[in-house]
Amino acid sequence: MTESPATKPANGEVVGRHARNGLRPDRNGFLKSLHRCHEWPPKKNRGQQQDEEEAQTTSHDGSLYNRPFIESFEETPMLVAVLTYMGYGILTIFGYLRDFLRHWKIEKCHIAREKEEQKDFVPLYQDFENFYTRNLYMRIRDNWNRPICSVPGAKMDLMERVSPDYNWTFKHTGRAVKDVINLGSYNYLGFAENTGLCADAAAKVTMTYGVGVASTRQEIGNLDRHEEMEKLVAKFLGVEAAMAFGMGFATNSMNIPALTGKGCLILSDELNHASLVLGARLSGSTIRVFKHNNMQSLEKLLREAIVHGQPRTHRPWKKILIVVEGIYSMEGSIVRLPEVVALKKRYRAYLYLDEAHSIGALGQRGRGVVDYFGLDPCDVDVLMGTFTKSFGAAGGYIAGKRELIEYLRSHSHSAVYATSMSPPVVEQIITSMKCIMGEDGTTIGSDRVRQLAENTVYFRTRLQEMGFIIYGNDDSPVVPMMLYMPAKIGAFGREMLKRNIGVVVVGFPATPIIESRARFCISAAHSKDMLDRALSAISEVGNLLQLKYSRHRKQPSVTRPFDDNVYEDIDD
Amino acid sequence: MNFKNMREYLAWLYYQYLLITGIYVLEPWEKSIFNSIFFSAIAMVIYTSYVFVPIHVRLALEFFSGIFGSQPESTVALMN
Ligand SMILES: Cc1ncc(COP(=O)(O)O)c(C=O)c1O
Repeated sequence: MTESPATKPANGEVVGRHARNGLRPDRNGFLKSLHRCHEWPPKKNRGQQQDEEEAQTTSHDGSLYNRPFIESFEETPMLVAVLTYMGYGILTIFGYLRDFLRHWKIEKCHIAREKEEQKDFVPLYQDFENFYTRNLYMRIRDNWNRPICSVPGAKMDLMERVSPDYNWTFKHTGRAVKDVINLGSYNYLGFAENTGLCADAAAKVTMTYGVGVASTRQEIGNLDRHEEMEKLVAKFLGVEAAMAFGMGFATNSMNIPALTGKGCLILSDELNHASLVLGARLSGSTIRVFKHNNMQSLEKLLREAIVHGQPRTHRPWKKILIVVEGIYSMEGSIVRLPEVVALKKRYRAYLYLDEAHSIGALGQRGRGVVDYFGLDPCDVDVLMGTFTKSFGAAGGYIAGKRELIEYLRSHSHSAVYATSMSPPVVEQIITSMKCIMGEDGTTIGSDRVRQLAENTVYFRTRLQEMGFIIYGNDDSPVVPMMLYMPAKIGAFGREMLKRNIGVVVVGFPATPIIESRARFCISAAHSKDMLDRALSAISEVGNLLQLKYSRHRKQPSVTRPFDDNVYEDIDD
Repeated sequence: MNFKNMREYLAWLYYQYLLITGIYVLEPWEKSIFNSIFFSAIAMVIYTSYVFVPIHVRLALEFFSGIFGSQPESTVALMN
């Protein structure tokens, strides 16, 4: 329960995705030109009908995808959208009423406001985000930031808290809510544990090295464990070299500025994580945003960039960097990596792939999206990922060619100025990574990777059968379930917790205003029994709150018909 | 959903009303303001329609029968 609506504010700004709603005809646009230009086999021997079928399921040509790529974003039912807007309308009216009462001091104001002596200056708390926090988020704030008092594994204990004044303040009762099933942690492979191999190894290392390092890597904070970890990461990913940083967020936001600068172009997916957005902005490069996972949009931008060059001077761009994520944590979608790689090769751009959620969680061998699509890791120029999720540790890494890593070692802020990683954390990474690679002599790691894939498929199909609207790729362990109405965000979180299940609910600004959702993260640590209990609770709450919006149950999701026009007019 | 009795069903309906209008998240006094405004508006609509609709329907009927209703009668009268 950590995802507060204020965690991803940066995305909304860049993207302007508030207007997006209901019909999104080109959301799943895939790239035809690549097939047409090279890999597509001659069309003569194919029936017209067969082609049409392929356009329908987006699992197309075997030369790019080695498995069906099924991703669905069922559109919002019209009635639900109207009712959602109506709900926000009513809440907004009451928000204004409360603001009015606060303004005239009829009721006490609990939140920050301008000081008396600043009264005539530019107002600070008047914009929509502040209004939203004050009048909508505060009312259902009990669903977020709830303190946990155990290891956040498959089950966890929560601290019970009550609010005497409608969520303005909280008091702990001193009791704990025991054994809550955890459907919220990014604990994909279940390595967030306090027993077992990893915990023992980390404890042992603490005995020899202590916890703090108290220096940077370039001074006297470079331990042998760090060197070993970096070698292991490179080996795990199948690239020449890798380096690790103490924080995943800083890995993105400090390394992108080291890679690009003025005169460079960054092509960024509209739903990229705040850390990537921040990094891109800090770099001072020009940023262009393409539609989520939409290869036509990306290719259009690439072509424009190459044809027109830099604005005004029309010099060619020094570098073009495409920034994408492996699994998008709010949509549960997987990047169309084969197409991105093909585009990148065709237009000689560079590719920065953030595997925060996908490393460990995807692919037969747990090597992330690259493994999932069976590609060569050397095709991706910069592989980035975090240890916070599947490995149950902390930090991030960058991997790629040796020159790249050596360059970053001396140029990246988080390499030069940040204190090096704590030894027990490093040990947790080493042990869990070895476990996934099978180097510890057991099959625990590969079993977990398989278990996660099984759990994901099971959970997703069951939810679909029940009639919920589920977003994202069928293989993604991030499962967003649509709630839409503002009151249902609060009600869903509370009702699930009553049934002893902890879920993350997400609303604006992390999502567009009407697409509030609950996000489940499946873990290999969940047993079948736990998943069944969670599913029956979700179904029960779904009936209670009328959440089973889906109009095409069960049948495999059909993506919207592909429209050629967007692409055709830049083609000729 | 299956309900044991009428009261449970009504409680469920009220819960749906709370969720859809969004007033589920409001404080009790705000809920009662909304409810009283909403229900008095509905009551007024019902009362007004009870009072005025029959009159309007009767007037409309008279008007339309004045236009269309008299003609066939006269044709019939001519035939005879
Ligand atoms: C795509 C992506 N990149 C980077 C990060 C930041 O990683 P960390 O939590 O290790 O700082 C996250 C975390 O949520 C993420 O989702």
